[in-house]
Amino acid sequence: MKRKLEISELIFKIISYTLLTVFSLCCLYPFVYAVSAALSGRAAVEYGQVVLLPKDIQFAAFARMFNNNMFWNAYSNTLFLTLYGTIWSMIVAILGAYALSKRRLLFRKFFNFFLVFTMWFSAGIVPQYLNYIATGKVFDAVGVTDDKWLVVIAMGMAAMNIILLRNAFEGVPSEIEEAAIVDGATEFQVLRKVYIPMSKSTIATVALFFAISRWNGYFWARQMISNSNEHPLQVFIRLRLEEFRDPEFIAGWNEIYASDSVIYALIVCSIIPILIIYPFIQKYFAKGVNVGGVKE
Amino acid sequence: MKAKAADYILYDQETGTYRADPEQLVRDDVEKHYWRHVGRMILKDWRLYLMLVPMLLVFLFWRYFPMYELLGCFKVSDTVKPVSEQYFSGFSHFKRLLVGGDTLSTDFWRAMRNTFLLSFYGLCFGFPMPIILALFFNEVKSDIARSVYQVLTYLPKFMSTVVMTSLVTMLVKQGALTTNMGIISQAMANLGLISYETANAGLLNNPAFFRSIYQISGIWEGAGYDSIVFFAAIIAISPTSYEAAQIDGANKWAQMRYVVLPSILSTIVIMLITRIGSLLNVGYEKVLLLYNTNTYVTADVVSTFSYRQGMSTGGAGIGIASAAEMMNNIVGMLLVIGANTIARKASNTSLY
Repeated sequence: MKRKLEISELIFKIISYTLLTVFSLCCLYPFVYAVSAALSGRAAVEYGQVVLLPKDIQFAAFARMFNNNMFWNAYSNTLFLTLYGTIWSMIVAILGAYALSKRRLLFRKFFNFFLVFTMWFSAGIVPQYLNYIATGKVFDAVGVTDDKWLVVIAMGMAAMNIILLRNAFEGVPSEIEEAAIVDGATEFQVLRKVYIPMSKSTIATVALFFAISRWNGYFWARQMISNSNEHPLQVFIRLRLEEFRDPEFIAGWNEIYASDSVIYALIVCSIIPILIIYPFIQKYFAKGVNVGGVKE
Repeated sequence: MKAKAADYILYDQETGTYRADPEQLVRDDVEKHYWRHVGRMILKDWRLYLMLVPMLLVFLFWRYFPMYELLGCFKVSDTVKPVSEQYFSGFSHFKRLLVGGDTLSTDFWRAMRNTFLLSFYGLCFGFPMPIILALFFNEVKSDIARSVYQVLTYLPKFMSTVVMTSLVTMLVKQGALTTNMGIISQAMANLGLISYETANAGLLNNPAFFRSIYQISGIWEGAGYDSIVFFAAIIAISPTSYEAAQIDGANKWAQMRYVVLPSILSTIVIMLITRIGSLLNVGYEKVLLLYNTNTYVTADVVSTFSYRQGMSTGGAGIGIASAAEMMNNIVGMLLVIGANTIARKASNTSLY
């Protein structure tokens, strides 16, 4: 028998649905507006007539973006940073986390503290900046003049991610490792054939975290990459925003589309690839929050 | 610790005799030649220690060396010499910031206050939102409807800070006499919430609006995604708990109070510790991307203050910048450790 809804439950249900609907639409609206504004004609955008759907549709703003070599260049730089940055961070993190997960490791407490302390106390922007400048000089001296490698190697490591991996490795039963060692496996083989396959989902989650922070990286890329051909997408977007918000630039604008449409087109173009892969990565994304580093 | 004579003797139960304990001899040897044994163990397990090396180097070079650079806060700033060769200046930078009496010191205190207020408002408004959202999600019993709501509310999380701030900038941008202003400022002006003059000037150029924009965009961006962890805690509650409460005559509010809240309390505590721990760690990137000279009054935080002092002035202000960061970081660290200790004492949940 279905229980009758109590009045308090009914009220709460109505409130829930209403507020959820309102909040969801608020979350969605800016994106819809961005797409519409990118596709609308100049007068419609400038006089605020675009509210939800595009008006006087034009594709010139998108075309301007797609015909811009710098845009594609920035895209490929971001892919470079994301790919190599994630690979580098994952190699360092997996090896370190594996060693830390072993109880027989000497000075294990010290190494753990060495890691966790960086979560409590960070030096701050300016000392880090000085440090990266010094690192850049060392890289130059060694012959690595491409600043992108500096960003890949020196930045983006996060103690939290290593701790997530360490906790996952600690959860692997030690009997399996012992069996592998009896069969003559070396340390690296144990890691590759036992630990990595057995903690696949945490590894995927951590890789995703690294990849997202690399993809989104802006501040240090802007500070450290001097050559504008090497700028990643985020820096490119910000520089265009600054350029297009300049009153003189706006005054000299004469195209059939508004200058704002170009910015909106750029914003839409930067979100679309993420929306495309979102369904595939969603479960790892949600899982990552739940494992959130809670320790006994 | 010196071993007692009795430690060397072992009673053998099978034969009923006493014999020497070989393990104590080994323990003795380990104690006498500690480092030799450490070296031997490391050599035996060298692969394991080799794996640790890249991580240690990365953290040493790019996390701990900057802390050494931070010592510049005790030195006379010098753009040429490295920090180790700079002249010692004691606490002069700290004094100048704390009780300097000039604009630098007032700016610093303003930045301190703004840092604290931005975080505090985040704690008051930003923190409860995901919990409320998770409670609402729990009411939606249809899986399809709920995933639609969830996907829509997670959506803003997938933007980078740059894209998010660009979008916010465009939505509240300044206009030219009722035309060309951002759609949100236009809507607010049309609704009579703000005057057309204010909307025209651009909300991001107005210090009165910075904190609201910062918090609202934060909720817009993060509330949906942050609700995942609370929602997971809520759906883990066994349905029998609700049924038992219902039989006892609990209405919806009583169920919230006596079933749901106690069940998700530990999750809330953990998230709260994380939040308090990063109280002074305001995302400088977002502030840097949203503020401008007009809004320093409410927007300038310690990180952005020291960024301007240290990086835009060509190096002369490095000492001042480091001193500001140092104070911010020490207070921040005390908050993390304090919050963690209190949580451990109060509820046996701790983060580290």
